[in-house]
Amino acid sequence: MPNRSFFWFFLPAGLAMILFIGLPIISTGIQSFYAQHDQILVEVKKCDPFGCKVSVVVDQEATSKIKDEKPLGKFNGFGTYIDRNHLAVDQVSEFWGESKSIGDFINKVGNLPFYKALVFTLTYCVFVTPCVLLLGFIIALSLNAISRKIRGPLIFGTILPMIVTPLVGSLVLFWMIDAEGIIGANLQMLMNDPYLSLKSSKTLMWITIIIYGVWHHSPFAFVVFYAALQTVPQEPLEASIIDGASRFQRVKHIVLPHIYPVVTFVALISLMDNFRVFEPIIGFSAEGSAQSLSWLIYDNLVNEEVILFGSAAATSIMTIIGISIILAPVLIRTWREFKINR
Amino acid sequence: MDYGLDKKSNSLKTSNTIFIVIWLLIACFPFIWTFWGSFKVRADFFSRADWWYAITAFNTLIETGAKFTTEAYSGAWFEGEFWKASRNTVIVTISVVSISLFLGTLGAYALSRSTKNYAFWLLIIALIFRAMPHITLVSGYLFPFFQLQILPTTIVVLVAINQPFTLWLLYSFFKTVPKELDESALIDGCSYFQTFRHIIMPVMWPGVITAGLFSLMLAYNDFTVTALLLNQENHTMVPKIQSYLGTNQHEGNLMWAVSSVVSATAPLFILVMFFQRQIISGLTAGAIKG
Repeated sequence: MPNRSFFWFFLPAGLAMILFIGLPIISTGIQSFYAQHDQILVEVKKCDPFGCKVSVVVDQEATSKIKDEKPLGKFNGFGTYIDRNHLAVDQVSEFWGESKSIGDFINKVGNLPFYKALVFTLTYCVFVTPCVLLLGFIIALSLNAISRKIRGPLIFGTILPMIVTPLVGSLVLFWMIDAEGIIGANLQMLMNDPYLSLKSSKTLMWITIIIYGVWHHSPFAFVVFYAALQTVPQEPLEASIIDGASRFQRVKHIVLPHIYPVVTFVALISLMDNFRVFEPIIGFSAEGSAQSLSWLIYDNLVNEEVILFGSAAATSIMTIIGISIILAPVLIRTWREFKINR
Repeated sequence: MDYGLDKKSNSLKTSNTIFIVIWLLIACFPFIWTFWGSFKVRADFFSRADWWYAITAFNTLIETGAKFTTEAYSGAWFEGEFWKASRNTVIVTISVVSISLFLGTLGAYALSRSTKNYAFWLLIIALIFRAMPHITLVSGYLFPFFQLQILPTTIVVLVAINQPFTLWLLYSFFKTVPKELDESALIDGCSYFQTFRHIIMPVMWPGVITAGLFSLMLAYNDFTVTALLLNQENHTMVPKIQSYLGTNQHEGNLMWAVSSVVSATAPLFILVMFFQRQIISGLTAGAIKG
């Protein structure tokens, strides 16, 4: 296609992406170097018949004037990045100095908001991704062995957890697992502990969110694996049966190598999705015990008094860096394919 | 796998069936349970005394005189103004789907027919954009978006967020449409726009339906963008559900949330029932070939 017509065809989509994805990313980058203005305080002397009092109040007029002059806020450089709510450089070095053991140091650092969120996000990724791959693959294998006639409804049932929005999915589970729900109440009976509650234990909360993640993402892995299984050639399988290969050996030596590229694809996609885990935290009302990077950004943006754009932007930029590290292998692979196909 | 040589033992068949049944229970039971519970009163569905009340409807009988009640639904839809939220969802969803399909088909067609290097780079950029967490993009929108709090800004943002995925999906679809089709039209003297209008448009509907379904699901399901860019007055369904929960679980009207979860999920399930094939083909489009 000549450049001219390509340009006109692509213009609307390209413009939308530049204006509303490209610019916001740049704007996030710029914002991360600014912080909101300090409020200007003035001393007001109030006198009444009993004497005079001096009180400090916010000078609204002067504060809003500065805001109008510099809507971005005051320039803060890398200040936001290294403050206590983000990389907390000062605190970390202080802990390094005063901690007696490595465990103590890790413990202290893990309580800083950013590192806390990072630890949860990474734990979630590390546990959910392999479980999703495994469960998705097993479901695909076993559904593939079921008679074709009833597969349609079974597939429908299998993909339900994936199509509902994460908030709704986590709410539906939460209502069952909560102390007053069906599973929670039965667990209390089983464990013989009437005070057993999800909200009271950090570990239980983490486990629940991870189980939710597996429940929500496995159908995606299933769908892709199931489609890939349909393309496995029959002849090698039949040959291996004649040679006496067991079912497990057939899966290991013929099916898996055939669908290997798909496995890496699913792994990377679900890794990227898991890295931005956010809605289950709202759904399970787990803000107290589990915070993710995306949740930190959300928390800054729904701040009632002043929206903390600077702080949210700094966390965003670091999240973007994390995503790009995960994304790098995909990009390299796509580049190789493009070169081969050309 | 139905191979003539593959003799399955009965025990394997049974264990396989049991596994599938258990998995389906795990996958579907939460929805069935919530659907069932939405017709009860709160004291039954969130029973402090005995979870069995949710089945026997002990308190529902006392409070309403029947085993099933639609109180939660009428409360949420009228008192809780869920009808407003669902109207907003319909507006947002229809606008997002139509705008992103319009932009996406044109752009993806151009990408699929170009052999230049820049087409590849545009696709890569779209891939990077697709990987961005939505919330990091939202934090980049500044005051006009956070202050207006109206539907159009939300629609614009959702279209943009949706665009990279639509582009990729339609790109891989257009790749399967033979190039000879448009080449012959070009030789006959059609311009590129005429070719697109008369040759490509009649054959592109399967791909467009799949892409449309995914845009629909994104717009319908979105929480991040709508919760941040819309105010209480014009929330769509998903943030509305969250607002029923209240800050503390015991404050907000929990049964409203239950019934509106069911109301919001039902249309989605019906849609998937009819378009299951398209959704699965869309999910696998990138994976199998790539």
